[in-house]
Amino acid sequence: MSLINTLARLEATRSGHAQPLATTRHRHLSDRPLVLVPLTTAGEAGAPLGALVGTDREAPRLLVVPQPRDRDLRFAFLADLAETVLPHLDSYADDTEPAERNETDPETGKRVKVEVELCRDAPQLIVPSRSGIDYVRLLGRSMRFRRTAEQDPDAPYPAPPHIPLLGRWLTHYGERVRTPGAALLLCATDLLSRHWATGQSSLEDLHLGALLAWIDPPEGESGAEAARRAETGRDARGQLLCPPAGPATDPAFDNALLAPAIDAYDLARKNFAGAEDGGSADARLGELAAAERHVRDLLSAQLLPAWHATWRALDLVRALPEGPRAAERWTRDRWSYTGHRDRVRAGEPPQPRRDSAVGAAQKLASRETEQARLEAQEALDDPLVMAARRLTGEAFTSEVTGVEPAWTETKRPTPRPLVTVRTADLPQLGGGDEQVKVYRSLDGGSQSAEFVRWEAAGVLTLRLLNAMGRAKDPAPGTVPEVGDRICWTLFPHEQRGGAKLPDPEDTPWTHGGPPAVDGDDAHERPDPITPDDLL
Amino acid sequence: MNASLGSGPDPTPPTARADAGVPVRQRLAELRGPTRPPHPLDARALAALAANPGCERRTLLDGAGVDKAALAAALGSPAPYGQSQFAFMRGNAFEARVKSDGGTELLRLLGVADPEAALTPDVSAAGPEGRTARTALALREATTAKAWTLLDHPMLALEVAGTPAYLEPDAVVVHPDGHWTVVEIKSFPMLDGSADPAKVGAAARQAAVYVLALERVAARVPGAEVGHHVLLVCPKDFSNLPTGSVVDVRKQLSVTRRQLARMRRVEELAAALPGGTSFDPSGSTEELLASVEAVGAAYAPECLAACELAFHCRGRAREAGAVEALGRSVRGELGGLSTVAEVLDAAHGRAGDPADPAVAALRRAAALRAEALAARGGG
Repeated sequence: MSLINTLARLEATRSGHAQPLATTRHRHLSDRPLVLVPLTTAGEAGAPLGALVGTDREAPRLLVVPQPRDRDLRFAFLADLAETVLPHLDSYADDTEPAERNETDPETGKRVKVEVELCRDAPQLIVPSRSGIDYVRLLGRSMRFRRTAEQDPDAPYPAPPHIPLLGRWLTHYGERVRTPGAALLLCATDLLSRHWATGQSSLEDLHLGALLAWIDPPEGESGAEAARRAETGRDARGQLLCPPAGPATDPAFDNALLAPAIDAYDLARKNFAGAEDGGSADARLGELAAAERHVRDLLSAQLLPAWHATWRALDLVRALPEGPRAAERWTRDRWSYTGHRDRVRAGEPPQPRRDSAVGAAQKLASRETEQARLEAQEALDDPLVMAARRLTGEAFTSEVTGVEPAWTETKRPTPRPLVTVRTADLPQLGGGDEQVKVYRSLDGGSQSAEFVRWEAAGVLTLRLLNAMGRAKDPAPGTVPEVGDRICWTLFPHEQRGGAKLPDPEDTPWTHGGPPAVDGDDAHERPDPITPDDLL
Repeated sequence: MNASLGSGPDPTPPTARADAGVPVRQRLAELRGPTRPPHPLDARALAALAANPGCERRTLLDGAGVDKAALAAALGSPAPYGQSQFAFMRGNAFEARVKSDGGTELLRLLGVADPEAALTPDVSAAGPEGRTARTALALREATTAKAWTLLDHPMLALEVAGTPAYLEPDAVVVHPDGHWTVVEIKSFPMLDGSADPAKVGAAARQAAVYVLALERVAARVPGAEVGHHVLLVCPKDFSNLPTGSVVDVRKQLSVTRRQLARMRRVEELAAALPGGTSFDPSGSTEELLASVEAVGAAYAPECLAACELAFHCRGRAREAGAVEALGRSVRGELGGLSTVAEVLDAAHGRAGDPADPAVAALRRAAALRAEALAARGGG
């Protein structure tokens, strides 16, 4: 945490209200996000309990597993989830625009531009908390290797159709989160804590209810008080006033309310199965329906607060103007979505359980580039973020006090004007013998300069290096004038990824990881299923 | 065998050594409340101690066997912990499955060729002392027998601050070569060969406590050696099939060992308390508050996940305006300033020495922040 952000937290502590950490919105928000609030069964991996899902905040779809240990009921839940989520994901797939992409020509080995489709927009998925993101990833992992009866008629427990497909999409979204600045899948807590500082620690900020209370407390109450109530307040029955935003449930809820309701459901189902004649079967069916409704009501009451809190968080963040470069990053998300759409359409197998060595190296390299890009772009979009960089000496604002034309001493002289600026900041430029480069925004791009020397305290000279046109004299507007106020950064504005990694077939064996042992389909084999999958 | 402080056999418990004044054990009983049995210190609690070794309050309360959950409730800040019965049932059912058929499945995970032939001595007995003695005997016999042996729920004793803590590992396996391996069975999944690192870390810390206790027994058994690698058994992927992973706990072991050595300070901490101090939850709230405040705490937000008293300590830390309530790292960048008011006064030029680098940095930060926010206000 930078000192400026610490200061914001301390001010929030004293005022009792959250303080801004950003003046612009650093994440793109879709006009029609799909919100998913999942709940899971304590102690079981991949046994969902229920979810609220939908794009209409007034009409979420409630999906419930009345007995989480029943495989058929879980499959029914996942099939319903697929039925809700997949049409939304698909609805963006066919609205495309032409775009160009660099590809290596397989014959000549040269880089050529290829005309491809790019989806105009991409579906965005929002969950309440960071553990919700982990759960999306877990759901994706649990589903993508399943086999439907159509894929494999001999599968012992065939999954309903679409489940493997949903698994692949959720896996893609879950993986995309690891790319810094990506916005295909976002969580409300990260969105809020990126833009506001609360008077509590970042660990406590993981609680959506408490975080929201700091930022948007009820009338006449301080954020601190509201947060404390959201965290620990319980009603007369010992239930939390603000249930956790999932996927884990509160143990007190499990033990006092949910467990008896599930037991009642089990009993009703047993009675229904044992009904002797039509008349009693009807009555028993009614009891079964009532028992299921009871579980649904309980879970709905647990889910709804998180559902509303997530939408409220979206409102708050949406009220900030979107940073110009957030839109540029969203284009990368659209590429990511389009790329996965193409892989699915091409019939490629599901994502492997583990990345290959080459794939992992590529992912890491691109995440490093994206991290640097995100840091630079957020600073350029937002004076408050830039202030933190100025504090650490990675940027400085200045006023131009003198400009002196100069040229290179080559056969064809090119302009290298010297610019003298005055700054009150303390940039880490060194003594002038290290050729520190600085950058400023110019016409949607950037211009670089090198540090020459300190003239006096707070006065320094820079030599402009590029972006002045091809002529002997600089193009108009490309050289600052006396009196201009300019923010220079010591970090480049655009990121160039490192050298491209060689293709897998050109990767030496020392760097290619162990060879595939069981042939190509080893990665996509379904998980072994035992008759007693759960206990 | 390592015989450093807190790990080797300790023939003279501190109680026997207390020659002046009130014996420690009695003093701790007074602190706890004379009618209250000591709250058992299990491996989980011992392992959690290592999370915040600087907290004297926790050291003393745990060392004295105070029921912190009851104390927190009496102070008006009840601990929010609980275990879901679903998780509890699942955990028990998984452990039962792993150990079914005389533990053959479990032994197979250790690479035993003929698990049916392994010995599974009965270590049940009356009372914890009896079970501990029975376990020690079984371990000795198994080591002499030079055969694969599985001890299901043995009991080990570890002396903590003068009181024995009884620990119950899920299982201990004795190898034919005299090697002992601690087995820890957990019900969180191992997904594609990897599990949640936070949960694995907690399991490793817990297992380290068992290794420590076992080393005391092994010191008296010729040819015995306790492995510093434990076997962690978890469900594989989404099934309930067990899969094992060997976890190196040497690091956790040395942390716990050092921590237990420091637990001796419990005597000193208890001796330094004013007379009349009592943590008996049946006492009045004011008295309890005064007693708890008499011991220093080192609150950090991480405590919320590990200590029953954390909400109480957090409340006090916030009241005092301590900057640590915002996170341990916060303190580092603020130099000698330790309260919210001090920091903000220094930042806004109301106090503090501008020559102090921390103060100067704060003032620059405040000025830059104000400038950026004003620019937004001005459009």
